[in-house]
Amino acid sequence: MAILSKKDQRLILDPLADDNPITIQVLGICSALAITAQLKASIVMAIAVLFVMGVGNVVISLMRNIIPSKIRIIVQLIVVATLVIIVDQVLKAYAYSLSKELSVFVGLIITNCIIMGRFEAFALANGPARSFLDGIGNALGYGVILIIIGFFRELLGSGTLLGFKVLGDPIEKTGLYSIGYENNGFMLLSPMALIVVGLIIWVQRSRNKALIEEN
Amino acid sequence: MAKTDGNVYTVIFATIMVIAVGGILSALAVGLKPAISENERFEKQQNILYAMGVNENVEGDNAVNFIPTDKVEAEFKNYIKESYIIQNGKLDNVADSIAFKIDMKKQSKLSKSERKLPLFIGERDGGKYYVIPMYGKGLWDAIWGYVALDKDLVVQGVYFDHKGETPGLGANIKERYFMDDFTGEQIMSKTQYAGISVAKGNNDPKNDDKTDNEVDALAGATITGDGVSAMIKSTLKLYIPHIKELNKKS
Repeated sequence: MAILSKKDQRLILDPLADDNPITIQVLGICSALAITAQLKASIVMAIAVLFVMGVGNVVISLMRNIIPSKIRIIVQLIVVATLVIIVDQVLKAYAYSLSKELSVFVGLIITNCIIMGRFEAFALANGPARSFLDGIGNALGYGVILIIIGFFRELLGSGTLLGFKVLGDPIEKTGLYSIGYENNGFMLLSPMALIVVGLIIWVQRSRNKALIEEN
Repeated sequence: MAKTDGNVYTVIFATIMVIAVGGILSALAVGLKPAISENERFEKQQNILYAMGVNENVEGDNAVNFIPTDKVEAEFKNYIKESYIIQNGKLDNVADSIAFKIDMKKQSKLSKSERKLPLFIGERDGGKYYVIPMYGKGLWDAIWGYVALDKDLVVQGVYFDHKGETPGLGANIKERYFMDDFTGEQIMSKTQYAGISVAKGNNDPKNDDKTDNEVDALAGATITGDGVSAMIKSTLKLYIPHIKELNKKS
């Protein structure tokens, strides 16, 4: 990190913890609930958003002086939509079953509030290098939470991680299942994702009191 | 006033942007098309074989497990013996690839006399399977699937899929606990054609009675279920005379 100035480091590190898009800014919740039933889908979604955010922020930043202010939101939308279509088509070509699983959610990246939020708040006012860092930072912050939720939901809901049976076989009653452990099917439903997000927010705020909003 | 605020500038900018984006995306679509259509072909082969009962499902586990994509091409050739096209009440034996390429979505929009109906004949463990593709409407968008019948017109397996049914409700038509219920079900009521109805409040929720032409509905998915019933009923009706004709031949 020595090559980056203090200010630039914060662009990447802040969204990972104290300015996390999901747990602090509470943006992008919808996709965090919908696709985190499995760790694999979470990781792919994180990578897809990382690509769209990183490239999108740079593109918007490069065009920031020539974008007509009257249609800037539409221009931002076109940039996101184009990148999302690229991701969608590439997934369809090289990871077909995954693209079926993610189905509408890849399309929903377009409406992911984090992306439009960073375009409008950061990329329109900053140079491409810093915008790139900001995009990567926020996408990583989003991805980290997604992967944490996916980890717990897949582990407790299906007893697997990335498809591997880490807790033993539920049908043949090996491993943990031999002493009466059962998978919690409720973890696979979206409401549990919201509860996991809530738990993460709770843990984070109890460790850093400065994050607690005053009422 | 900044130069970027003018109307002329805005219009020119928008035009150039649309052309540039359109160019990029169409180049991408053309470049990736071969890979995508190959994936779609594998998926269709997996679905057809799934309906025939050629899959890697695990007893007791509720997950749908297809034949893996790297093997499906060979397995498909192995199991599917013959293909037919039904058009205008006439049955024609055709090459597998021709019947396979027929797009049910396009056919469903054609008039009755122009419509081509593909029929795949598979063989597994000495038994003959008639695999019939179906296409219909759910609550929000298209639903489709495949049903495999044996020579006595008993369902040997089904596969359903959908474009945009409600997750957790109608989307569950592609779950095993729904699809498995169809296996063994009769489509004839004595000698009369009845199809299979997705029925709620039926007297046989465990689906022990295979002759009642009913399977238990999904809670909260009435319209999707009705769509499945209608799709099965209207599609199979067109095939039954021809299956009987083929039965006589062999």
